[in-house]
Amino acid sequence: MAFFARASPSQAIRRLKDQSQFLNRLLCSCGWQNRSIATAVDDAKASVHSSVESGGKKRINLCSAINDALYIALDSDPRSYVFGEDVGFGGVFRCTTGLADTFGKHRVFNTPLCEQGIVGFGIGLAAMGNRAVAEIQFADYIFPAFDQIVNEAAKFRYRSGNLFNCGGLTIRTPYGAVGHGALYHSQSPEAYFCHVPGLKVVIPRSPTQAKGLLLAAIRDPNPVIFFEPKWLYRLSVEDVPEGDYTLPLSQAEVIREGGDITLVGWGAQLAIMEEACVEASKEGISCELIDLRTLLPWDKEIVEASVNKTGRLLVSHEAPITGGFGAEIAASITERCFLRLESPVARVCGLDTPFPLVFEPFYMPTKNKILDAIKASVNF
Amino acid sequence: MGWPRSIVGALQRLNQRGLAERGDLFLSISREYTLQRSVPGERHGYILRSFGANAYRSEAQERKSSIPVEIPVPYQLHKLSEGPPQHTQTTQDELMKYYRDMALIRRMEITADILFKSQQIRGFCHLYDGQEAVAVGLVEALTDDDSIITAYRDHGLYLARGGTLFECFSELMGKRTGCSGGKGGSMHLYNVKKRFYGGWGIVGTSAPLGAGLSFAHKYLNKKSVAVAIYGDGAANQGQIYEAKNLAALWDLPLILLVENNHFGMGTAEWRASKQITFYDRVHYIPGLKIDGMDVFAVREAICYAKEHCMSGKGPIVVECDTYRYHGHSMSDPGSTYRTHDEIKGIRQERDPINHVRKLILKEGFATADDLKSMDKEIRKEVEEAAAKAKEAPQPAKDALFAHIYKNDAALQFHGFVR
Repeated sequence: MAFFARASPSQAIRRLKDQSQFLNRLLCSCGWQNRSIATAVDDAKASVHSSVESGGKKRINLCSAINDALYIALDSDPRSYVFGEDVGFGGVFRCTTGLADTFGKHRVFNTPLCEQGIVGFGIGLAAMGNRAVAEIQFADYIFPAFDQIVNEAAKFRYRSGNLFNCGGLTIRTPYGAVGHGALYHSQSPEAYFCHVPGLKVVIPRSPTQAKGLLLAAIRDPNPVIFFEPKWLYRLSVEDVPEGDYTLPLSQAEVIREGGDITLVGWGAQLAIMEEACVEASKEGISCELIDLRTLLPWDKEIVEASVNKTGRLLVSHEAPITGGFGAEIAASITERCFLRLESPVARVCGLDTPFPLVFEPFYMPTKNKILDAIKASVNF
Repeated sequence: MGWPRSIVGALQRLNQRGLAERGDLFLSISREYTLQRSVPGERHGYILRSFGANAYRSEAQERKSSIPVEIPVPYQLHKLSEGPPQHTQTTQDELMKYYRDMALIRRMEITADILFKSQQIRGFCHLYDGQEAVAVGLVEALTDDDSIITAYRDHGLYLARGGTLFECFSELMGKRTGCSGGKGGSMHLYNVKKRFYGGWGIVGTSAPLGAGLSFAHKYLNKKSVAVAIYGDGAANQGQIYEAKNLAALWDLPLILLVENNHFGMGTAEWRASKQITFYDRVHYIPGLKIDGMDVFAVREAICYAKEHCMSGKGPIVVECDTYRYHGHSMSDPGSTYRTHDEIKGIRQERDPINHVRKLILKEGFATADDLKSMDKEIRKEVEEAAAKAKEAPQPAKDALFAHIYKNDAALQFHGFVR
């Protein structure tokens, strides 16, 4: 396989480890009980520390972390390309600043305004063994490309019997509410893509996560859609390791331990959920908060193990509740943990309306809505 | 309408002799292509013009007070043997109306800029100043039976197509009194009565939608067209070509108006397009390129284009070479991809309002002081409307769930499940 041939030894070893973990998880999902949460968390931490050569950290925000990750991706593989609308001067959110100057306009370039063309072009580029990092300017504009993503990118390897693939394709796009985006600058379309076997959907919550997950996504031999929470671009600031590191895909992370209720979320919503957890703890409810990180394929084991511990589950996302990804999590966990559940799975999500203009505060799944749902679940 | 041809013909001849009574009868006939005129002193062809009710004048009166106007920039034609005329007629009333309309749009956009910067308007705001001639010229050439559909830079067109300042500002601020009830915002201004199908957020949408509108117009048999407006950035979207093929295949009365302001957000047209002209993109659809900063050029071109569509020849592309002074939206300063000198130069050389102002002053229809006081009046009007809109209430809470579906009272909407 082309990617393995070019990988460094440590990368190859890590990839084998990922694959064996995947096998492990596959066996788990068929009923083999030989994993624990501790392994997953330790592995995650281990891969961050072990792969960072220099110990340095820099305090940067989310868009700088993404810029850093793109820099490393372009630097480490001469056959990688970053393209999209207006990426040349840095992009509308400045995530691609300086890349064109460093790597040249033949590797970091603007495309015309044609999302379907951009993604189709990326699929072709990836089919020839390149790493194509396409940017869709706002997730709301991804729909002209929906056909290419769902019908071509996701199914290429499958329908060619592994003769061809477009695994080098990564689509990065800012998603989610930003406070004033209204209908066409605030959508969260992750659920549509989670319905497509063959794709991976990855959503980071912070700069450290974003850099590691983006590098993992770019190097993953499958087409990945990387949703970046635009609200956190400037807002989320962290000490991010300076070197080249990846975080494992399809591994959720427990970011807050607790015993009464499990909360599952991703992206910008986790910050809101964390506030709700803090408020709930003042009332004596101890909440366990899990960041899914990868929505497709998602880490069922971690969530299942957590719900087996707490007996309650709450899922929260910005997208409208009906048909949102929370529904998939609710259904899967109910299947797996039915007898353990103490209360119905709660979903605190956006309302079933188009993303509104002035009504955004009513639409959003706020801290108070989550807190109400936590209390209702605990007192069921 | 149902008038027998013989009667219509007789009345047309009466009209030409200037003897017909002005009135509803005449107005309804004048909506057809009735007026023929030629530029005095020149051998000129047959010019067809359609008048809306508000642009009607008897020919006798026009001959008395009309002045000739040059359209200096020559038209560029694609698959057309003859273009619109390079001269036209206008009157004092018309000139003052164009000046007022364009100055109103200009002042509205400047006020919207200030309101956005003071956070009264939130979200995204795409300003139209610099492109006023396209909106005013377009609306002048069309009737109330024609449909217009555009993209997100729709404030100017909304105002030109009969929208009020108060409703426009209210919508921008998300208030209940807005034209869309405060639910759409800057990019979603609509006017049902005047067939302004509005403001669409996704780039390129207007073309296939316009094709659908024009198909309906063809069925209505009312000598009306649909005008689909998009920009130079949108011209590379796939759906534009799909729409063009549909319209040409079925001979739809569709005018595709390209507002070429040379920048697709921050990307110049030569960086986005292999071919930087937009009127000759498709060989089977004729097109013309005009000076979009000249309101008379726009008017003549649209009249010509409408005639083209009405004679069953199918769609036509009209590319307007225009310019926007502001950036793409309020988040774009507009100076990172073009120089201040360029913007200043266009303001000095090609500003649409200045063009009309020069004509007015040259013909002595008004003095500079008159125009200044008109500007002041317009400014006052706009600021009053903005102030009134600021005081208006926000939409009621139940508006959040309203109009998702038709007859949606019985549907239950929920935010979270316990």
